[in-house]
Amino acid sequence: MVSRPASDEDVYLRNNVQIAAKILVVGHFAVGKTTFIGTMSEIPPLRTEETMTQAAAHIDDLRGVQGKTTTTVAMDFGRLTLSDRLVLYLFGTPGQQRFVQVWEDMTRGALGALVLVDPERLKESFDVIDLVEQYGLPYAISVNHFDGTPARSDDELREALDLLPETPVVTCDARDEKSSANALITLVRYLQDRAR
Amino acid sequence: MITPGEQEPEAAPLVRPYVITNGRGLPENDQFNLITLVTASERRPPSHYDPEKLRLLDLCGGGYLSVAEIAGHLGLPIGIVKVLLSDLSSDGYLVTRAPAPPAQLVDVSVLQEVLDGLQARFG
Repeated sequence: MVSRPASDEDVYLRNNVQIAAKILVVGHFAVGKTTFIGTMSEIPPLRTEETMTQAAAHIDDLRGVQGKTTTTVAMDFGRLTLSDRLVLYLFGTPGQQRFVQVWEDMTRGALGALVLVDPERLKESFDVIDLVEQYGLPYAISVNHFDGTPARSDDELREALDLLPETPVVTCDARDEKSSANALITLVRYLQDRAR
Repeated sequence: MITPGEQEPEAAPLVRPYVITNGRGLPENDQFNLITLVTASERRPPSHYDPEKLRLLDLCGGGYLSVAEIAGHLGLPIGIVKVLLSDLSSDGYLVTRAPAPPAQLVDVSVLQEVLDGLQARFG
């Protein structure tokens, strides 16, 4: 088996890269995390898996099974080399409460999180936002704009999601590079303000 | 029976992942984060070395990669990769670079560098 990928040049980091930073791209199932990461990444997005133990009672299709079971959580991620010495990783992280074990690992060392939100399914984002706050991760909201989605006012959305006045809200099309980059830039500016 | 010097055939793909690590889980105080950057050191392992570790070293021989990328390329769960890396590191086969510190401790200059990089690339 050849384990080294085909074209080395694009696979490996530049030799002088010294710092790796991490931003989480979080959101509920099918909100566009993988699309966002695919749009932004300089490498074909990769998938890693983490096995975790959880109480079987939380899994619908195993209802009635006693004790614990293991499940696999998949995370997609991508990479962006931003300077001679700095590389940024974007990790797509599922937002269900039952994945807390994975969150421990994901949030450690993260600069912040971009929370992708579908304006038509705001309720499904509650869990994610709870988790991000629980782990003390600074975040910005990115409203994924789908064709035909009726515009919702910022105020409505802020109220529904119970956001702090300073939490940035930005609209983004995860398929579009500039639009996605703008969402990240909004988050990083906010992180800067907080660090001052 | 395997005669000395003869290599065991590579593990079948169906082997349960934690068999590779002899059933060990994560070390408590793990030195490897998802974005710890890793490359192979100059030191070469003996030919009878563990095949999974040889695969990992072969991948790392091309330059720096993050722990997550190594797991992604090898198709192994993160937990397994961390155990393998930890062994390889204590045997002196790896060189690592630590990730940036958590947000509260991040130098404002790192955020500025991220911002400048994003703007230069996509602005």
